[in-house]
Amino acid sequence: MPTVTMTVNGQQVSRDVEPRTLLVQFLREELGLTGTHVGCDTSQCGACVVHVDGTSVKACTALAMQADGSEVTTIEGLANNGELHPMQAAFKEHHGLQCGFCTPGMVMSAVDLLKRNPDPDEDTIRHWLEGNICRCTGYHNIVKAIQHAAKEMRG
Amino acid sequence: MPDSGVSRVLRKEDQRFLTGRGHYTDDLNRPGQLHAVFVRSEMAHATVKSVSTDAAKQAPGVVAVFTGQDMADDGVGSLPCGWVVTDKHGEAHKAPPHFPLVRDKVRYVGDHVAVVIAETRAQAADAAELVEVDYEGLDANADPAKALEGAPQIHDEAPGNLCFDWELGDKAAVDEAFSKAHHVSRLELRNNRLIPNALEPRAAIGEYDPGTDEYTLYSTSQNPHLLRLILCAFVLNLPEHKVRIVAPDVGGGFGSKIYCYAEETVCTWASKKLNGKPVKWTAERSESFSSDAHGRDHVTHAELALDENGKFLALKVDTIANLGAYLSSFATAVPTYLYGTLLAGQYKTPAVHCNVRAVFTNTAPVDAYRGAGRPEATYVVERMVERAARDMNMDPAEIRRRNFVQPDEFPYQTPVALTYDSGQYEKALDEALAMIDYKNFGQRRQESERNGKLRGIGLSAYIEACGIAPSQVVGALGAGVGLWESAQVRFNATGSISVFTGSHSHGQGHETTFAQLVADRFGVPVENVDVVHGDTGRIPMGMGTYGSRSLAVGGSAIVRACDKVIEKGKKIAAHLLEASVDDIEFDSGNFRVAGTDKQKSIGEIAFTAYVPHNYPEGVEPGLDETAFYDPANFTYPAGVHIAEVEIDPETGTTRIADWVAVDDFGKVINPMIVEGQVHGGIAQGIGQALLEEGVYDEAGQLVTGSYQDYCMPRADDLPSYRVGMIETPCPHNPVGAKGCGEAGAIAAPPALMNAITDALGTEEISMPATREKVWRIARGRLAQAAE
Ligand code: FES
Ligand code: FES
Repeated sequence: MPTVTMTVNGQQVSRDVEPRTLLVQFLREELGLTGTHVGCDTSQCGACVVHVDGTSVKACTALAMQADGSEVTTIEGLANNGELHPMQAAFKEHHGLQCGFCTPGMVMSAVDLLKRNPDPDEDTIRHWLEGNICRCTGYHNIVKAIQHAAKEMRG
Repeated sequence: MPDSGVSRVLRKEDQRFLTGRGHYTDDLNRPGQLHAVFVRSEMAHATVKSVSTDAAKQAPGVVAVFTGQDMADDGVGSLPCGWVVTDKHGEAHKAPPHFPLVRDKVRYVGDHVAVVIAETRAQAADAAELVEVDYEGLDANADPAKALEGAPQIHDEAPGNLCFDWELGDKAAVDEAFSKAHHVSRLELRNNRLIPNALEPRAAIGEYDPGTDEYTLYSTSQNPHLLRLILCAFVLNLPEHKVRIVAPDVGGGFGSKIYCYAEETVCTWASKKLNGKPVKWTAERSESFSSDAHGRDHVTHAELALDENGKFLALKVDTIANLGAYLSSFATAVPTYLYGTLLAGQYKTPAVHCNVRAVFTNTAPVDAYRGAGRPEATYVVERMVERAARDMNMDPAEIRRRNFVQPDEFPYQTPVALTYDSGQYEKALDEALAMIDYKNFGQRRQESERNGKLRGIGLSAYIEACGIAPSQVVGALGAGVGLWESAQVRFNATGSISVFTGSHSHGQGHETTFAQLVADRFGVPVENVDVVHGDTGRIPMGMGTYGSRSLAVGGSAIVRACDKVIEKGKKIAAHLLEASVDDIEFDSGNFRVAGTDKQKSIGEIAFTAYVPHNYPEGVEPGLDETAFYDPANFTYPAGVHIAEVEIDPETGTTRIADWVAVDDFGKVINPMIVEGQVHGGIAQGIGQALLEEGVYDEAGQLVTGSYQDYCMPRADDLPSYRVGMIETPCPHNPVGAKGCGEAGAIAAPPALMNAITDALGTEEISMPATREKVWRIARGRLAQAAE
């Protein structure tokens, strides 16, 4: 079995994996990072979004081996020393989550959006979230949370 | 009634969900666990001649392969339907057996043929491919409208595929009213099949302990005790005290996680067969599509009789309801007691008659999905009312106004069994009309027309029966269970409070709302209160969460338990304060001797209860009380939603230009959470009206079996919503709450379809009003206009 090595949430990890192991399986099953969720089998729900080298990626579509040598950030690695990232804080403040299952993917995806566009309007946010399904919130408060996080992060 | 507790408290549960520290069932792994993969039918209808498991058993990592025969040999029973509907001839509904693994036939695509259990999931999946099933194909039917017309016989026990033929209401009175009517409006309606799609797929881990003969089942359930009751009493024949069910964090349910399914049954049973090895199963999304219980799927003909002033005289409804291939746990209650009983709507229609024929088809079982029967009823009533207004050239707001039950007419006995307790229907309507600036809609429509767009507005004045349910009433109607709720409120010695509730939170935020309720009752900070739910090993027996019942029923049980704590606290305080119990008042966290400043805080009382050195005689130590609450009536949330749409005839795109909701949920504890529930409900309702449909083809194949084919509402399909509220407290429960979880899903589809049909100028469009359907009609209209 080949060995993959990557930095996950700031820590270097190395594991022998079967070549067909998906990144999301690697994170959940090998590393026990179960904050990254699996909501579908067709790469459409976005529950599995993590950052690979700073960019949002659906971890169910990437093989663990493709992330060899990369920096991976999962929802567990987003808060800084126990302090919520402004995006996490905004989701809480604006009730952007209910059951919480889509939430890690939503938050990771939204963080990437603001990196690309620090001041997105509502349409831009809704369009960006096209790849993240939430069955609970109707998206209203998710959009609101992202708008507020953007404002907060622009300072 | 707790008043000061009403506030926008941020959710206690969010910290773990936002940091990836939630514990959903699939996040759990038990030592030595094995993995189950099901062999599912690819045929919609076939006789199973043989199942050959030899090759699969030889495959790497495989520990066992089981079939229906193995379960039969072990005496495993059928998955029961817990509600017996008596049809109009006095006969019980037809309840054909529903075995966890099939024994003779498969009856829908996704039906469970065998299970392969292996060391890894990949091994189990590989080996499942090696199970050879010899089928003899039979003709299939997925269409409820055809089920009674010579479609292939699905169960021997249900001749002609009829499960029951049921009626409600006074047919003679209805016929009489129709014979005198000034006008009759008619509609043919199809309530499209929906696939619930909670984002967390169902999952289960069954674990048997041979040392103690105890079972633990981790399961994505909305109601762990109910699941335990069904599993123990009907399916696996186990003593309840030997079975613990843990429903940890659950990622949405919407009804689909109420039921006792084959998969968790098999995992529990198989763990014992395998001498205590835990057996884990997690659904792939494609399995969720094929084998979660679906929702809706009605075909209805409705007629409304009116007098010359637009007063409703009578409503006549004839429905065929699709139950799917087998009866799911509560399938029969949905198109009957949760449907026919709501057909009076918010109106004083004096006579209503409803006939429902429930049929079997070669499709996934159909059961409650957010709203459950009430969206179907509201869709009939509110489409019908709008149609009648159009037929009679009346303003749709005005026709509703003329027929509303008035605030001074409660309790109001409807002609379809329910007694409405309270409401202010006109007030909600007026507020919604003002919010959307109804009177200037004409201008907005002209403006749209100038831009080549079609604009429409649609109202929906919904009512639902929640707070499910008074046990005696539902018992008389055929329910196999009581529908009370339990709560235990435990003061710990140092003053913190643990609340154990039979309600289950899978997104509703009970850990916050219930903590607010208790904190307010006791006058303590909300941080001091923790809510425990979802584990039969920790909570008193409870009935779980569905039908928007948690605050109205579960919250009422909590309030009752709090009151018992206060009553006991008074005895302890009286002793410490050397006063008579009758003179002790409790307020804002303190027990006080009336008219004096002598007082003890509830924290001091709790400490004394556990360290009873100076203690009243005859009073037990401890401060820990349990209450069971059985509601006196249903609750009746109601409100008005208005949708305004703009259709682009060039593309068929329906843009939701505005959405207002004015809901009356009675007492609200956390407005932030309640608004979130409304948003989510509306989104699912818009999904039903515009996008979603579970489609089977003629051969019974599920055409919409993935997110590629089943159109889930995405962020860019939906608008923002404007949510207002009015408050008419429920008069018969101690919280005053009515329930809010399903309202949006009930109100939204008719509001949107009324708006779309208004814009298009025709009623001839069915849900979902997809872009293609809208485009075809809009194009036709443009062509007409050009002529
Ligand atoms: S799990 Fe659904 S997109 Fe990755
Ligand atoms: S919060 Fe439940 S799916 Fe988004």
